[in-house]
Amino acid sequence: MPVPVLKQGGVLIASIQAALTDRDLLQLEADLAEKVGRFRARGVIIDVTALDVLDSFATRTLRGIAATARLRGATAVVVGIQPYVAMALVQLGLTLEGVATALDLEEGLELLRSSAAARGP
Amino acid sequence: MNGTRVAVSREADIVTARQLGRELAAKAGFVGSDLTLIATAISEVARNIISYAKTGEILLSLATKDGRQGLWVIARDDGPGIPDIDAAMRDGFSTGRSLGLGLPGARRLMDEFEIVSELGKGTTVSLRKWLR
Repeated sequence: MPVPVLKQGGVLIASIQAALTDRDLLQLEADLAEKVGRFRARGVIIDVTALDVLDSFATRTLRGIAATARLRGATAVVVGIQPYVAMALVQLGLTLEGVATALDLEEGLELLRSSAAARGP
Repeated sequence: MNGTRVAVSREADIVTARQLGRELAAKAGFVGSDLTLIATAISEVARNIISYAKTGEILLSLATKDGRQGLWVIARDDGPGIPDIDAAMRDGFSTGRSLGLGLPGARRLMDEFEIVSELGKGTTVSLRKWLR
């Protein structure tokens, strides 16, 4: 099931609704890379609140999405990692280093606003 | 339901296996973070089947030992087998498109881990987690 991507101001919001296959994740990565250019987005939020599992493949793809967004001139923030999912990731040795995270969508938008403000107009 | 079998031959089966595993684990009495750890471990071993053997199966059942209750996960395939299990169990070792955390990750997430692999014959990974 493809992930819907919404545009809010200069921010793209990928709101994951249900468990994703590997193919869905790779599709999202490609989709966001293209949409950052098409919508001239400066920020990308990936909302994983609905995911009850983030395994090594999903984590690697999230890192890929963040790196791709950065290379396209946008900042990516992963929001909504559930507490048990965070604990499992730590046990797996996956800490999503180098990827910005925030508690939820609201905090993610705030993080993007403040980093945009720091960058200047 | 005391056990179930999930045929694994395409990516969507990874999701099915971990969802059924989570359901059975909940029936076994697991709660909270353990459900996530179990589902994540199943995801890793199911993906290994797809990545290296193409097809295989996940067997999920309730386990008991010394009066303890738990969940038993077996991931079995008739694939090429693992030439060097010690290497495959090291973090970051991968011959496929992964982080190389599948097997060592699954071991860390569960209480017991056994692997038997024979070249040309296949691989069987057995995982158990016990109720605390």
